[in-house]
Amino acid sequence: MKHVGEVKSSNYLLAKFENLVDWAVNSSRANSLWPMPFGTACCAIEFMATAASRFDFARFGMERQAFSPRQADVLICAGRLPFKLAPVIRRIYDQMPQPKWVISMGACASTGGVFDNYAMVQGIDTIVPVDVYVPGCPPRPEGLLYGILLLHKKIKGESLFDAVKRREEQPLDDRGLRLPPETIDEISEPFGNSVHQFRSS
Amino acid sequence: MIPGAVREAVARDGERIVYVARERLLDAMRWLQETPEQEFDYLVDVTAVEFRDRERPLEVVYFLRSLKRRVDVRIKVELQPSDELSVDSVWHLWHGADWLEREVFDMFGITFKGHPDLRRILMWETYAEGYPLRKSFPLRGRFSRAEQVRQALNINPEGNYSLEELSIAEAAGDLPEDMRDRLRRGERGVIPEPPQ
Repeated sequence: MKHVGEVKSSNYLLAKFENLVDWAVNSSRANSLWPMPFGTACCAIEFMATAASRFDFARFGMERQAFSPRQADVLICAGRLPFKLAPVIRRIYDQMPQPKWVISMGACASTGGVFDNYAMVQGIDTIVPVDVYVPGCPPRPEGLLYGILLLHKKIKGESLFDAVKRREEQPLDDRGLRLPPETIDEISEPFGNSVHQFRSS
Repeated sequence: MIPGAVREAVARDGERIVYVARERLLDAMRWLQETPEQEFDYLVDVTAVEFRDRERPLEVVYFLRSLKRRVDVRIKVELQPSDELSVDSVWHLWHGADWLEREVFDMFGITFKGHPDLRRILMWETYAEGYPLRKSFPLRGRFSRAEQVRQALNINPEGNYSLEELSIAEAAGDLPEDMRDRLRRGERGVIPEPPQ
């Protein structure tokens, strides 16, 4: 510790410049998240309840819901995602400006849920990167609020000066995938009752 | 009714089911719609059934209702699985059959002869895994999950719309020139051959 002289007043604070910038940037980002709702199923009903007056996520700086990806910070996928919608959510995600985050709300968005069938994406993390997974079928509004607060916590831990703490999403690879095919197959493995299913190829 | 059209008629628990020969379906349907004391003016639904017993024929089921007489009838056509899975379209009698028959085609692969626009309706048009509601179709699909994700992500969502529909959404002007070209030519990707 370097001696900086005698302290005569307690009305100042010493900090590293990086920490000051990170604190200012991250606090503003975390406390004014504009959500882009992507509601496809019953989770969207709970999402609406979370937005409405009783639970009211405007208390956490989400006053303005952005129904356009261009003005959104956080994509909330509420509900199951069929393969037919996969290119749509990917495009919405690509259209959102950096920095951007994704909340996967509910069992279906996170894992495919009970829909372990030919039409359903087994977890939206095979399509877009996910920051917070909210479990539940559907999650109660308190659950979603907790997920939003976890996202705040995560944002406040990011750093503009440290690439490990702030990962920018890369575009799709030349196969048109976000993850390697083996990883997608692995995280889409059947579970629960569907282990008796067979796959012909 | 038309001679030779009815193969079997069942009335049970207040339900009336009439099995009609495949070749005479259109005649029978026209008779049901036009005959004054029949007047089945409303086609409620078209669907199909495949049974677990592979020997049993597939059934195409038509739910008809007469709004004036307030009665229902169910018409069934049996299709042998070894045979060609096709039946005449009733679109000329009830235009509401358009999307209903497309859905049966999409899910079962039954073709409707004379349908004005028979293409997939629920799955996308380049879907290559077959017909999902057939008993031979595995629940999780034929391709691996990675391949399904890859194909899904490589779909161009604009390809599902005509140029007119895109113009309505004021999106056509924003599209790159080559994409507009492809849409103008009506190209929607390669439509695969149905698997055997």
